[in-house]
Amino acid sequence: MISLADYLVVGALLFVIAVAGIFINRKNLLILLMCIELMLLAVNINFVAFSHFLGDITGQVFVFFVLTVAAAEAAIGLAILVVLFRNRGTIDVDELNSLKG
Amino acid sequence: MSFEKFLFYLFALIAVLAALMVITRRNPVHSALFLVVVFFNVAALWLLAEAEFLAISLVLVYVGAVMVLFLFVIMMLDIDLAALRAGFVRNLPVGILVGLILLVEMALVVGPAHFGLDKYAAPAPAPAEYNNTASLGLSLFTEHLFALEVAAVILLVAMIAAIGLTLRKRPDTRRQDVTAQHMVKKKDRLKVISMPAEEK
Repeated sequence: MISLADYLVVGALLFVIAVAGIFINRKNLLILLMCIELMLLAVNINFVAFSHFLGDITGQVFVFFVLTVAAAEAAIGLAILVVLFRNRGTIDVDELNSLKG
Repeated sequence: MSFEKFLFYLFALIAVLAALMVITRRNPVHSALFLVVVFFNVAALWLLAEAEFLAISLVLVYVGAVMVLFLFVIMMLDIDLAALRAGFVRNLPVGILVGLILLVEMALVVGPAHFGLDKYAAPAPAPAEYNNTASLGLSLFTEHLFALEVAAVILLVAMIAAIGLTLRKRPDTRRQDVTAQHMVKKKDRLKVISMPAEEK
């Protein structure tokens, strides 16, 4: 049978890969956004696993809201990315060192 | 090893390998497509955990909407890939080190020692008449109704913000100015001139 630890370890692996991805792709804003999506997914795996093993549907309700917020975050993040590329001509994080409006 | 367990390991292995490909590919389009693979396999894992509605909505919302948005933006922007890859090799050891430390720490906490089958027994499979969507909807529309409405407002705000951020006015586009149309007076458009009557 699949144990709760199996789900949690898969979630931990995906989360760690996402953290490592943020470190090694420090310049590319697109990959950083994808890594954030991957992190949220890893957290959602834990919610679903605990919901299944504890027999409580509330965990799945929480995943539902996390998915909603993640979709909103991706939409606004990509919109900011497009505006940034239009103004600066690059999506390199190191170039974003000015706070002038 | 039961067939269920075999499926679990298969999907988990593909998900983790695809996640590794996401963070190591040179081309962001490949990264996005591998992320789609991750989402599909995690949806399969959620099916194994009897979260059918969320598995389907993960495929519909993420693969169908969010990843398409990602691909759309990647292809719309003309990115200089070589410059963005400059620090890759230099940052690789740091990334691997931090990842390994995190992984060991997490494995110590969430490993089989604390969350094995002897601690949390596998729940009995849901009966055939159990409806995951119905029970999720019941909880969502009774206990969590306010949170659902807040989520709806968040989506609306996100939509308006995304449109407002990316909308730009181009000088050469012709657009209707409704205020000017309403404020126009008779004297602006109508001119009465007096002229002698024409003779036959």
